[in-house]
Amino acid sequence: MRKLHNILYVTHPDAYLSLDGENAVILEKDQEVKRIPLHNLEGIITFGYTGASPALMHHCAELGIALTFLSAHGRFLCRVEGEKHGNILLRKEQYRVSDDENRSLEAARYIVCGKLYNERAVLLRAMRDHSMQFDCEKISNAAERITRAITMTEKCLTLEELRGIEGEAANAYFGVFDLLILQNKNDFFWCGRTRRPPTDNVNALLSFCYSLLTHDCAAGLESAGLDSYAGFLHRDRPGRQSLALDLMEEFRAPMCDRFVLSIINTRQVNASGFLQKENSAVIMDDNTRRDVLVAWQKRKQEEIIHPFLGEKAEWGVLPLVQAQLLARYIRGDIDAYPPFLWR
Amino acid sequence: MMVLITYDVNTETAAGRKRLRQVAKQCVNFGQRVQNSVFECQVDAAKMREIEERLLKIINPELDSLRFYNLGNGYKTKIKHVGAKLSFDVSEPLII
Repeated sequence: MRKLHNILYVTHPDAYLSLDGENAVILEKDQEVKRIPLHNLEGIITFGYTGASPALMHHCAELGIALTFLSAHGRFLCRVEGEKHGNILLRKEQYRVSDDENRSLEAARYIVCGKLYNERAVLLRAMRDHSMQFDCEKISNAAERITRAITMTEKCLTLEELRGIEGEAANAYFGVFDLLILQNKNDFFWCGRTRRPPTDNVNALLSFCYSLLTHDCAAGLESAGLDSYAGFLHRDRPGRQSLALDLMEEFRAPMCDRFVLSIINTRQVNASGFLQKENSAVIMDDNTRRDVLVAWQKRKQEEIIHPFLGEKAEWGVLPLVQAQLLARYIRGDIDAYPPFLWR
Repeated sequence: MMVLITYDVNTETAAGRKRLRQVAKQCVNFGQRVQNSVFECQVDAAKMREIEERLLKIINPELDSLRFYNLGNGYKTKIKHVGAKLSFDVSEPLII
């Protein structure tokens, strides 16, 4: 299994990234803060304003290091992309699948199936671990509804229908999401998904994690030779990384949702770290964002056995592994795309 | 794995001083300078070969010496640091 390298997060607003030899050097007011050899890095995510030098962008693109710029609050701004690597034949085939409604449906079906399975797994796991603290009946009802949705995905005939099933399962899943929050109930509660901007603490955490995950999925797809913009379930829209969003579906529940729940339930975050702005948007303060990043990076280094390949892999390397499996499926090497199924 | 690289380059001549600068530059490229001529490099076996090749091309084996200490993957238990010049671990979360 490929080794997962580290991701450099730059959270200081006035940090400037530059290149020196084979090092990324972080400067602040022309003072060197840190230098890190690039071969240790998988990606760089910066939340700053001052940006990065063209030389560094070029070198990152050359080495396949994903360099992503997010706004100070974690909203995606842009990503530096180099010359396309990989196989043109693979990418053309991907476009053909993406253009063909039936073939897109076929691929999307596996992805949605994986997503629903993982959502249910999160609920079942929570019930198993904390059966005393929950209203188990509601949760098992929701799990039941998701199970029905999974069987329905096999029969649906259009993408529209598939999205409907996905939405129904999401309703069931998010309908009981609040029950999974066990600590600090007054500050962390769930009353539905809000985004752009997120209007409560839990949504702010989720949105933040989703944008980190999008970065990882897009980087995984690009390095597997796929185009992260041409999706199957998500249709084309300028500037939207549809395939990255597709690939992300399988990981949302087991990676982001569980992560957010666990940092809330273990009280690694608390309400004082969140600020509400005039437009009711909720943002995290610098310390909280930092704590979340540290916890996220630690989570990504935990190892599990990949259910399909049977090999040990870090959580962080899973988007890449799935991207490679997806590439094999598109190429026709395997008959079906095996989504990541978390147990 | 973690590899510790240390070197001694003979600086009596101008050519020697040039070699010293070049060796140092290559080491900075791949590792973290923990002391003046001591570098900690977090690398895989392939990268290690590349570093070795590059350094061997620069040095003069009659006058200079290079040492590579392979500390493996369990290096954290093998390093103890006392005093100034704190280093950081490139495999830990890197948040600045």
